[in-house]
Parts: sequence; structure tokens; C-alpha cells
Amino acid sequence: MAVKVAILGTGNIGTDLLVKILKKDCGLEVGMFAGVDPNSKGIAYAKEMGVATSIEGIESIMSDPSIKIVFDATSAGAHFKHAPILREAGIMAIDLTPAAVGPYVVPAVNINLDGNTPENINMVTCGGQATVPIIYAVSKVAEVKYAETVSTIPSKSAGPGTRANIDEFTVTTALASRKVGRAKSSKALIILNPAEPPILNQNTIYTVINGQVESEKIIASIKEMVKTIQGYVPGYRLKHEPTIDGDKVITMVEVEGAGDFLPKYAGNLDIMTSAALAAAEVIARKIENRCEGRIR
Amino acid sequence: MCNRRKIRIIDVTLRDGSHSVFHQFDLKTVASIVGALNKAKIDTFEISHGDGLGGSSIQYGYAKHREQELLQTAYSATVSAKLAVLLLPGIGVKEDLEMAYQEGARIARIATHVTEADISKQHMVFAKDQGMEVIGFLMLAHMVDENKLLEQAKLMESYGADIVYIVDSAGAMDPEQVRRKVNVFKENLKTEIGFHAHNNLGLAVGNTIAAIEEGVSTIDGSLAGLGAGAGNAPTEVLVAVLEKLGYDTGVNLYEIMDAAEDVVRPIMTRPQVIDKAALSLGYAGVYSSFLLHTFRASEKFGLDARDILIELGKRKVVGGQEDIIVDVALGLLNKQ
Repeated sequence: MAVKVAILGTGNIGTDLLVKILKKDCGLEVGMFAGVDPNSKGIAYAKEMGVATSIEGIESIMSDPSIKIVFDATSAGAHFKHAPILREAGIMAIDLTPAAVGPYVVPAVNINLDGNTPENINMVTCGGQATVPIIYAVSKVAEVKYAETVSTIPSKSAGPGTRANIDEFTVTTALASRKVGRAKSSKALIILNPAEPPILNQNTIYTVINGQVESEKIIASIKEMVKTIQGYVPGYRLKHEPTIDGDKVITMVEVEGAGDFLPKYAGNLDIMTSAALAAAEVIARKIENRCEGRIR
Repeated sequence: MCNRRKIRIIDVTLRDGSHSVFHQFDLKTVASIVGALNKAKIDTFEISHGDGLGGSSIQYGYAKHREQELLQTAYSATVSAKLAVLLLPGIGVKEDLEMAYQEGARIARIATHVTEADISKQHMVFAKDQGMEVIGFLMLAHMVDENKLLEQAKLMESYGADIVYIVDSAGAMDPEQVRRKVNVFKENLKTEIGFHAHNNLGLAVGNTIAAIEEGVSTIDGSLAGLGAGAGNAPTEVLVAVLEKLGYDTGVNLYEIMDAAEDVVRPIMTRPQVIDKAALSLGYAGVYSSFLLHTFRASEKFGLDARDILIELGKRKVVGGQEDIIVDVALGLLNKQ
């Protein structure tokens, strides 16, 4: 039986997530697509697809006790209000805003959450989803004393939330490089490029190694990680073979979106929704197992 | 002489010049440059990593000293000249601005690519709340037409900018374009207008004069032109030309000449000239600070720096995308 989920936020991210869930047979069923804007394109699309919609925000989700997981694609400010309400109701929250109430999750790295599932997880930033796994891949075979990430995103795919809070993007991404990527220190940079036609989202990851640099091992670990990410973000790829320059490893990746609701150049948004979906699938399986256990 | 129009010169030797020495200014140099600028009665000078506060990185090059030390040194060496800092949202954060304020900076110059002004709001509002003078910096201004430029300037005005700069980061503008752009600002903005030039096409001083004639009141210069690419409009040349034209800069000509000749020229690590690569920056419309990074890539991969720069121009890269230089170089190698 499919696990019932709801999507809060009917903007680009919320709607792309909706399209992905409807497209994929992933054991999830969208029980509610809720926002506050009656004129949003997302609401119109959801109605067309026969999905229950509401402009009552979180209220509409609270009235349906069968909903087990909520994707929050609103804003950090809104999520701070939603988080305690969802926790109280025993609903799992997957937070796609920069609020970071719960721990950071990057599916390729820590989807199993060390066995126990917290009630609220945060999807870091688009830059974090694209770069942190690479840092982690290097950390697996070497000690990363410093990681620096440069995320260039097409201007058109940077929403008003990102633009108004650009510091939060760099601070959060850098923090996740340490907490999830296991770098000892870190820095994150973001650049918006308005070129037309839009460029693809590109990320450069510099990792500085402490001690001996075993190039082959490092490169193999990075390549394995890229394959893992491709399992849930098909458009994620290395731009060039990673290069080693002294104690520094330089990895360049680009992310092409699946083109579900958002255009293909918006790979930075696609990786967020894809990562959130991958996390939800794992959580849904856990919920199902728990239920089956009870029946038995 | 009466009614001479006042022109404020902001000297950027210790910020844009940082690119030219690959961010290796030492504290002694900082103190002597600040001392010389004060002697010449410069109103304001800017000091930061070339890519702004927080710019010290693998991507842009590590600075020799921490920003805080540089600011402390500059602040103790200054008498009357005010300290300005540069910050590029996406690279530096509010905490960097706060640190700079604590160390005596009273002018915040917040720079974005010319189409991305809305990412400067949080920093401008923060600087304004501290009581700092706020200057908006619209970089690579040659890439858009006047209407787009004005739309972005209006955003900065709405965030509290006291001055909005037209920044010719690629040194790609000509005097006619400068006039058109300044004119639109003059007619539609309430803020003061500033202009920042690069000399890649040999037009830094000419463009600056054109900007002043159309109504710009604040301009950037750098001692001996020390700056990214072929450098900036040399401060000492601006002072001399403006004096001849009857403007009041308040700067002492002999002292500023001495500052350029005796303090800055001896610390130059490369001549500040329009070599073929610098000229290619202006020709292709590429961000000037890419120059030294491109030299490194051209040496490492055995490519002509001009080929890399022209390709960067075609890709419409913006300030900060230094990592794309290696990307482009690897791409060119594959084609060979």
C-alpha cells in the first residue's frame, strides 16, 4: 500500500516534486497539495491531475490523519511555524527550505540516518546536494582538511527565497560540507549567471588532503559516488576527470534537470526535489515495515 | 577659480590592486600606501581582497594576511581618509561586513553582477543599519542596455544605496556607451552616480572623464593603475586631468604622483600594461580579474591565453567564475 504524503508549497519546487511523484511508481501517494496562492500554476496542474488541493496551507493537512510525510517547500520562516505542528501530529517532515530544524540529509551519503529516523530532516541547499557527496567520497579514502565549493546556477532558476537569503545558502552549504561531508574546515561560494540560453548548474569542488594523496583511490571513490547520485539524479555528471594538483583534488560536476515541471537547465532545483523524493522513499519503506510489524 | 565642481575620488589600489599582486599585499605595503594616500588628501580608499571580503580562497587566490589584519593596519595608518570595503554577495557574508565595521570601515560597497542586484538587499540593509555609507556596484555593466541597468540600479536605490556605480569590470566600454548609461541614471535615479573603469581598451581615463561630463560625481582610481587586467584609471592621472579641466578633486597632485611613483611602482610584480591578453579581456568583454588565472591555465595546459579568454567571452561568464577557466582550457585541449 502506498504511503500518503502531502506537499506544502505550490511554487516551482513543490510542483516539480508533485510531477516526480506522479510520474514514478515510488510507493508514495500525494494526498494533498497545499499552498496559499489560489492562482498558482501548481494548483492548476494538480487539479488537472486529479490531486486534492487546498489554499489553506498546513490546516488542510492536519485534517487528514492518513498523511504520514509532508514535504515542506515553502520558506524558512514558514517552516519554523510548520515544524512543531507536524511534530505534534506525528508527521514526518522533509524540509526543503533553509530552516534546517532537523539534521541535514544528502541521500547518497546519509539516507539511512544511522538507523533511527528523526521526525524532521533538512535537504541542505541545491549546492550542498551537488557538492557534499563528492567531499564525502574523498573523505572516505583520505582526510579532507579543507573543502571549498563553487556553485554556479542559472539566474532564472534562483528563486526569490534564495536571492533574499544568499548568505544562508553559503553558510548552510559550508556547514554541511563539514557535518555531512566530513571536511575539517570549509567554504562555499555561489554565483548567479544570467546567460541566455541558460547555462547548466555547475559545481566545482576543491578538497585539500592531509597526508598522502592516493590519486587512484580518490578518483575511484568520486566516480563511485557519482554513480550513486545518478541513481536518483540521472542528470548529474562529471564534467571532466577529477584532477589532482599537489594536495588538492578538483572535481567539476554539472547537473541537468529531468525537465519534469522545471526546465532542464534548472538542475539545481531538480537535484533538490530528486533528493527529497529519494529520502521520502526510504522513509516510506520504514513506515511500511513498521506497520507490517504491528499487523504481525 | 569659483564654482569648481567637486569630484570625489575613491582610491582602490588596496582592493583592485590586490588582483595585480595576486592578493599578496604585506602589512608594510598597506601602511605605506595608506600613508601616501593620506598625504595626498584622498577622501576615501577601499581595502579588501580583490574579490571582496571573504574572497581569500582556492578559487580566487589566498591573501597573504587575514582581512582583519589588513583593515587594522590600514585603520591605524589613516589620518583623514575613510575606509571602504567591497563585498560580493555569494562570496562574503554579513559577518564579514560586521567585522569590517568593527575595524573602522565606514563605507560598504556591495557588488553584484549587473543583472543580479536583488541579492544585495540583505547586505545593503545591514550596512545601512550600522550607519555605513552604502555604495551599489553593478559589475560588467557593458553586458546590458541602459534600461536593464536602470532597473537594477533602482533596486539598489530602494535598498538604501547612497551611490550606484556603473562598473566596467571588463574594461569593455567606450565613451559613447558610458555617456548613454550615465545619462539614463542622471535622469531617473535620486542617488549619486559613480563610475569604475578598467584600462583594457586604453579607455579608462577617457571613459571616466566622459562619465563625469554626464554627471558622475564619484569615481574610482588606482595608484599607477594597479588593478585587475590592464588596471584601473590611474588616480594620479585622473587628478592631473581633472585639475586641468577645472574640477575640484581636493587631492594634492604632487603627493599623489609621488604615491604612485615611489610607493606603488616599486611593489609591482608585473608591469601594469595593455598586453595582448589584457586587450583580449576588453575585446571579449571578460571580467578583468580572470587575467592572472588565465595565464596560469595557459601555462599549465600549453594554450594561448587569448583563446581561453575569447571562449570565456562567448560563454558569457560573470565575475567569480574563475573555476570555468580550467573548464574552458580542458575543453579547448579536447578539441585539439
